[in-house]
Amino acid sequence: MSEIIVIAIQRDGELRSSSLEAITAARGVKQAGDTLSVAIVAANPQGLAGALSVEGVDEVIAVKATDEFQPDLIEAVVGALVAERKPSLIVTAHTVDAWSFAPAAAIKNGLGFATDVMALRREGADLVATRAGYAEKVLMDIDFPGKDTVLLTTRTNVFEPASGQGSAKVTEMAAPAADIATKHEGWKQPADAGGIDIPGSEFILSIGRGVADEANVEQFLELADKVGATLGCSRPIADNGWLPKARQVGQSGQLAASCRLYVAMGVSGSVQHQWGMKHVENIVAVNTDPEASIFSIARYGIVGDMFEIASELENHF
Amino acid sequence: MKILVPVKQIASLDDQFEMRDDGRDVDEDYLEKDLNEFDHFSVEEALLIKEAAGDEVEVVVAIVGDDDADDALRTALAKGADRGIRVWDDALANADGTSIARILAKLVEREKPDMVFTGAQSSDFGSATTGMALAGLLGWPHAAVVSNLEYKPGASSATLRRELEGGLEEVMTIKCPAVLSIQLGINQPRYASLRGIKQAKQKPVDELSLDDLGLDASDVAPAFNVRKMYAPQRGKAELITGSAAEQAARLAQIIKEIRGM
Ligand SMILES: Cc1cc2nc3c(=O)[nH]c(=O)nc-3n(C[C@H](O)[C@H](O)[C@H](O)COP(=O)(O)OP(=O)(O)OC[C@H]3O[C@@H](n4cnc5c(N)ncnc54)[C@H](O)[C@@H]3O)c2cc1C
Repeated sequence: MSEIIVIAIQRDGELRSSSLEAITAARGVKQAGDTLSVAIVAANPQGLAGALSVEGVDEVIAVKATDEFQPDLIEAVVGALVAERKPSLIVTAHTVDAWSFAPAAAIKNGLGFATDVMALRREGADLVATRAGYAEKVLMDIDFPGKDTVLLTTRTNVFEPASGQGSAKVTEMAAPAADIATKHEGWKQPADAGGIDIPGSEFILSIGRGVADEANVEQFLELADKVGATLGCSRPIADNGWLPKARQVGQSGQLAASCRLYVAMGVSGSVQHQWGMKHVENIVAVNTDPEASIFSIARYGIVGDMFEIASELENHF
Repeated sequence: MKILVPVKQIASLDDQFEMRDDGRDVDEDYLEKDLNEFDHFSVEEALLIKEAAGDEVEVVVAIVGDDDADDALRTALAKGADRGIRVWDDALANADGTSIARILAKLVEREKPDMVFTGAQSSDFGSATTGMALAGLLGWPHAAVVSNLEYKPGASSATLRRELEGGLEEVMTIKCPAVLSIQLGINQPRYASLRGIKQAKQKPVDELSLDDLGLDASDVAPAFNVRKMYAPQRGKAELITGSAAEQAARLAQIIKEIRGM
């Protein structure tokens, strides 16, 4: 009998849906007699408690503080929860916010720890998590011998968001004292897309670092035009200024929300790129590296040179 | 005024690879080593601050790694970092981000930097752990995935942007000294010049053991244990084979089918 705690995250008072995914991950390893609690830090945590009271959640721990993201505060909350409740497992989604607070919270409390976990299960009494390695080319099963409490961050867009009406009791927890070293000053929205519509495109031809040089980009703009696709790209291409940011597909760019056909050329398939496109029904990967992780999510794979394929493809349109 | 930039030597896999006999990692022979992509940006950010301040800033790069890792450290020195520190001990073979953070915390005690910049993550394992775990140990202000930074050497606070999901950024001020994890694209990393590469060979590198730092193997035990490593299930992708012309012809057919042309 032990407690599992999910740390839910809000932004500007709105619940991040990945918090519900973390609940699903936690629910999956709940054993008979375990309780599942969800902690939320917000200006009005009670207002978010309803959305968190999904099936399987026994308790919502409402910490009334601020909507501002303060890693120091979340870390203090985790520290207090570990001290008071001695949970066996703490789960939070692998969001950018978690990048800030989870490693610090783990090491301060001497917890077992792993990030970006894609699967979670019990083998007997042992908790076994799966994460990727070597640029997504391998998987590893990991465990946490000798650790009373384990903190895991779960990859987003992998676990289904938890649903089903629950009947969690709501407990108030006073915000613990914390030395707050950051101050929110505002938001900066992404630059105007200038008419480029990755989310609305049904057919996207995307280029990655395989394109090698800025001078090579133009021919793919022309190719996309010819085959009727919107040209997309991976992050390094946008970071280099070779294409506008509005064409970047992935976690820090655009979601290919309406896409039915995604042709990825010279894209390795990093988790952040996949975030924006792995749901697409028809993915064609063109890559010189037969082990590139993009092939693991593609429907069709071409092991080959993107320039050769591109110049041959042109002749068909 | 000093900026400490911990860097990592990452490993990428050859096109073909085999697992080690114990099944818990890839056989060393199939690994290619390089300086972590993200660390080009953290080193650059420190060098930009140094240059803007007219060189009264010292940039110290640190790496935890065996003799091999000297290359990655020299790459950072060749770009313009002033000196290096390399820490190694065979007990670190299974080190994770939290183990490295414990070593770096000792280096911060010794070096007393005004800022620490790490990469946002490593491009091999992507744990995004080391920098923020270090901040946790030190009790220092911290921010992850920093995409913009305004900082004057010695200032008691800095203004930065954290890059969030979907390209949204948060503007925040942070007290200094701080540990920041630096995101891709924050700057345009320079290449080392030939002169820089030559000079790097002469730059001082302190080589330290765990013992030198007052740590023993149990202090740097990782926060997880690898049971086994394995190649993921592939086979989902239908491979299109043949000459480039044949492959492209099939791709054209797929495009036309799906688009209903
Ligand atoms: C917080 C965060 C957010 C991020 N957000 C995003 C995001 O939104 N989108 C994104 O894309 N990345 C994002 N990244 C970056 C991501 O981690 C990777 O660095 C990036 O996706 C790699 O881009 P790539 O696949 O083009 O390059 P690489 O990984 O370098 O891959 C290039 C590929 O091209 C292949 N290749 C080379 N030459 C050829 C050729 N001639 N023909 C065919 N193939 C060839 C290679 O085999 C390789 O597989 C983010 C990272 C972080 C930390």
